[in-house]
Amino acid sequence: MSVNILRVDPIACVGHGICAELFHEWIRLDDWGYPIVRPEVIPAHLLDQAKWAVANCPALALRLADVQ
Amino acid sequence: MTIATGRTAPARKTRPLPPSRLLAGASPDSYIGLATHRKTYTLPPPPSAQPRYSLIDLMGAAGLLGRGGAGFPTARKLKAVADGPGPRVVVANGTEGEPPSAKDQTLMTHNPHLVIDGAVLAAAAVGASQVLIGVDRAHRRALEAMRAALAERTSTEGLGVDLRLAGTPSRYVAGEETGLVQWMNGGPAMPTSVPPRPFEKGVAGRPTLVQNVETLATMALIARHGPEWFRQLGTPDEPGGRLVTVSGAVGQPAVVEAPIGTPIGALIDAVGGPAAELSAVMVGGFYGTWLPVDALDTPYSRAGLLPLGASPGAGVVLALPASACGLAETARVVSWYAGESAGQCGPCIFGLADLSELFAQVAAARANRDDLETVRRWAGEIEGRGACKHPDGAARLVRSALTVFSDELTRHMSTGECRGNGRPVLRVPPPGKTWR
Ligand SMILES: Cc1cc2nc3c(=O)[nH]c(=O)nc-3n(C[C@H](O)[C@H](O)[C@H](O)COP(=O)(O)O)c2cc1C
Ligand code: SF4
Repeated sequence: MSVNILRVDPIACVGHGICAELFHEWIRLDDWGYPIVRPEVIPAHLLDQAKWAVANCPALALRLADVQ
Repeated sequence: MTIATGRTAPARKTRPLPPSRLLAGASPDSYIGLATHRKTYTLPPPPSAQPRYSLIDLMGAAGLLGRGGAGFPTARKLKAVADGPGPRVVVANGTEGEPPSAKDQTLMTHNPHLVIDGAVLAAAAVGASQVLIGVDRAHRRALEAMRAALAERTSTEGLGVDLRLAGTPSRYVAGEETGLVQWMNGGPAMPTSVPPRPFEKGVAGRPTLVQNVETLATMALIARHGPEWFRQLGTPDEPGGRLVTVSGAVGQPAVVEAPIGTPIGALIDAVGGPAAELSAVMVGGFYGTWLPVDALDTPYSRAGLLPLGASPGAGVVLALPASACGLAETARVVSWYAGESAGQCGPCIFGLADLSELFAQVAAARANRDDLETVRRWAGEIEGRGACKHPDGAARLVRSALTVFSDELTRHMSTGECRGNGRPVLRVPPPGKTWR
């Protein structure tokens, strides 16, 4: 079974902060405006919201990683 | 021998270190030439397009772990590269960006042929057609010795593989494997996002083995003498010896070669013992951890240091005299971390800059409780948030400083005073100038 976690590419990320607005259950911003993402596997009922945040990152820095 | 220390350290007897393997026959001004080298070491097998899994198995049997800092099992890395599609590339990492470390420079200066043998051997093991050796261009002696050794070989026995030597920019993260690979590909010596890791996609997009030069030289030793011989030193899980740069308040700062698991205090004794009353030791390097002096009996190994939240890192032991302020020393290192950021990742750029500024206030006894809490929080929050582990090093050192120098910290916070004599102990280089 494959499960999903959220990952940020810190080089690509420029701190727009949109992800934290769209998915505040999972992502908060540090003192400099960069996302701190919870490392745990995303529960099924939040997966759509995670995908929504990924789709809306202007820097394409957020992605869902498949882990076995 | 007894060690005089700042706090209660038990008197210890230390045994002398066994004879050198990597630096056998080396003296301060020696360069071991090819003729001398070949009396002990036969020519390594010529690399071909096909990997030689028997060589990889040999390194697996020896249980060799990488000597560049992370301690990754060498055979596993060799196999990952060998299993990738050819042509493959080997990168010898001799950049040694860790300021208190001199072991790779020492090895290359005195025994360059062993490093080259190891690199050629690695190329044979993974089936590589190209070898690139990166040495910090400011490390003149090492670079010259390597150059002389290569000239000796090409004019006599030949190398059997396309092998090139390159002087890399003096930047800390230029030694991080993806930074080194990006530089070798013509870019800045800055880390790149992973995946892909170099074993999948490295130099010219090819599967690339990045291995520390001491690891490579040790591979040449293992190929010559066998895994059983190698395992006569060290511990079952961490076999062999390793180079350790011992400096700070010690009799005669030097690079020593010691079995893994040698107590930290014995490493200090091997270079003349403490030259002053000590208050702490830094292990691993700037990318490392402060330990209290009552930890001098701790074995210098991953297993020994793990319970203390430390690791052997690049092989560094630095003795801090009690006359220095550990917080002030740490502040200077954190400022170095900020200056060595590649400027690519937000938490590294802004986090290290702010952490460095606030920690300097703590060191100067000008911080309040809230500031201290902020320092702790930032140290936690920048960790793991860069593309490479550069910020993690600063976070770990800060955390250990707040624990090990807690008495000093209390004095700073309550009286606004610092007992340091203001004379810096750690040599902290200025930020590098170029990324190319
Ligand atoms: C910030 C940073 C700096 C590094 N600097 C060096 C270095 O100067 N020399 C080195 O051999 N490895 C360095 N490394 C480790 C390399 O990325 C890589 O793991 C190593 O060269 C692999 O060799 P090994 O498996 O033989 O230890 C550094 C890693 C990081 C995160
Ligand atoms: S974490 Fe820092 S040093 Fe590492 S890639 Fe990002 S900006 Fe560069």
